[in-house]
Amino acid sequence: MSYQAGARVRVKAGDPDHHTRVPRYVRGHTGVIVAAIDRWPVPDDSARGIDPPREETCYAVRFSAADLWGRGDHAVTVDLWESYLDRA
Amino acid sequence: MTGHDDLPVAARARRLEERLIAAGLTSDDEMDEFLTRLYTKASPVNGARMVARAWTDPRYRDLLLSDGDAAAKDMGFGDLSYALRIVPNTETTHNVIVCTLCSCYPVSLLGPSPSWYKSLAYRSRAVREPRAVLAEFGLRLPSGTQIVVWDASAENRFLVLPARPPGTDGLAEEELAALVTRDGLIGTAAV
Repeated sequence: MSYQAGARVRVKAGDPDHHTRVPRYVRGHTGVIVAAIDRWPVPDDSARGIDPPREETCYAVRFSAADLWGRGDHAVTVDLWESYLDRA
Repeated sequence: MTGHDDLPVAARARRLEERLIAAGLTSDDEMDEFLTRLYTKASPVNGARMVARAWTDPRYRDLLLSDGDAAAKDMGFGDLSYALRIVPNTETTHNVIVCTLCSCYPVSLLGPSPSWYKSLAYRSRAVREPRAVLAEFGLRLPSGTQIVVWDASAENRFLVLPARPPGTDGLAEEELAALVTRDGLIGTAAV
């Protein structure tokens, strides 16, 4: 699956017991795809020595401060690998 | 520079260096070359020069925005060891960079990062209340300006392209570069 700019996605809410690049503050939150950035190895695999690691598209995903924090009028953009996301 | 040599952390760093060299993972020459690059070539002057060129050359601006790595190479900074993404400020949008997970930073274009960039306070507050954080840096943005925070959570390193200040029409590229600060390239200053 791949996402187009403007697609709404929800970040998986899980709390894995290994390294991940999903910042805790976006877990379970819904954002909007800004762009597909590139394909890179998934750090969750690389950090565990899984060889070869999965390679996936990484997306810039934009969240609204009001959604993340309950207040604020700014936006926060986070780069997230495809398997961190579900279509919202 | 005195006193750092006999700190416990210096002994630990030396021991780690010896172990890495013994294991064949690096060499004295490689470490020297890396440190020379870091301390003599990595500087915010590099990022400032890219910005000044983008302000004066629309074609370079396009390259900078579409392929940061190619734009750095075009200025003679060689191959970056990271993917560079440029986020441009506009009349209505102001960008700020943070790495909440650690302290990712485009070192070769901005020089070694300031200690506040690595502080827990900056990393946790920049995403939550950037307007208040910027005000503490002395940057008070109009309430209508949209702030976009970029969390360097993956392989990208970010650089802000500040808006060209008004009243600088007559300045040459070199003079413009002198106006650009490290904080402007992080987004904690206007320029």
